[in-house]
Amino acid sequence: MTTVRVYVTLKPSLLDSAGRTVAGALQKLGYEELHQARIGKLIELQVESYDEDRVKEMCDKLLANPVIEDYQIEVVQ
Amino acid sequence: MKVAVLRFPGSNCDQDAFFSLRDDIGVEVEYVWHDDYSLEGFDAVFVPGGFSYGDYLRCGAMAARAHIMTEVKRFAAGGKPVIGVCNGFQVLCEAGLLPGALLLNEKQKFICKDVYLKAENRTSIWTRGVESVIRIPIAHGEGRYVADDTLIAELEAKGQIAFRYVDASGERTDAANVNGSAHAIAGVLNEAGNVLGLMPHPERATRELLGSADGLTILNALKLVASNL
Repeated sequence: MTTVRVYVTLKPSLLDSAGRTVAGALQKLGYEELHQARIGKLIELQVESYDEDRVKEMCDKLLANPVIEDYQIEVVQ
Repeated sequence: MKVAVLRFPGSNCDQDAFFSLRDDIGVEVEYVWHDDYSLEGFDAVFVPGGFSYGDYLRCGAMAARAHIMTEVKRFAAGGKPVIGVCNGFQVLCEAGLLPGALLLNEKQKFICKDVYLKAENRTSIWTRGVESVIRIPIAHGEGRYVADDTLIAELEAKGQIAFRYVDASGERTDAANVNGSAHAIAGVLNEAGNVLGLMPHPERATRELLGSADGLTILNALKLVASNL
């Protein structure tokens, strides 16, 4: 069994309004060095055998929306 | 004229759509389950609002890949009328039937109030009847329309911007653009003009008792289509 991590992030050009709120909260806690926070998703998949093309297909078909998101794949074991 | 109101797990405006279409528009309506494969016998499709699949992953993401959507794509390609409201709009964008996407409102809050809309496109079946500024309700947390500048320019050029948020006098103001949508876009059309998606709920504004009957200006399109069947 292989664990594959898919990181889905909002495209940098788009406003992440939830991330902006989190950044504001951190700044209020005194972390003035903080410039920005952006929230993404981590989707952990367990596959019987890792096939990069198949996992990319999963991302393109469902896990990420190319209009608003980018994704990165990381094979853990 | 028989309209299919789609139902996904988590749809919750399906009954609003059903009763307004049947009682206030006067067309035949039937529910169609997301796991069905056929739209045989239907002349139009209404994709209702709600929280299909709990909004997991992204709003509308899973619903857009349900069995019935393959048929909706074929149906839309045949030029038949399809309308998606609120979550239904998100589903149509996720399915690739409409351009762009919808994100969390600029100020994150779920907004439930009446808004004013102006029809930018005046030639599609869906927008032809919207002569002046209309007032219909919104109820969403993730309705901020986004599209990059290239796409917006393309939508402008092709007349695919159906509705914009305006104030009561029809002017575009920052305050009127309640969710922070790109270019105050509230609804878009596909290139052919038979598929409409919008965040505001015309089906919740089909008689004065509901506070407004302005939704009729959009939904009466179905009667118009019916008369040509």
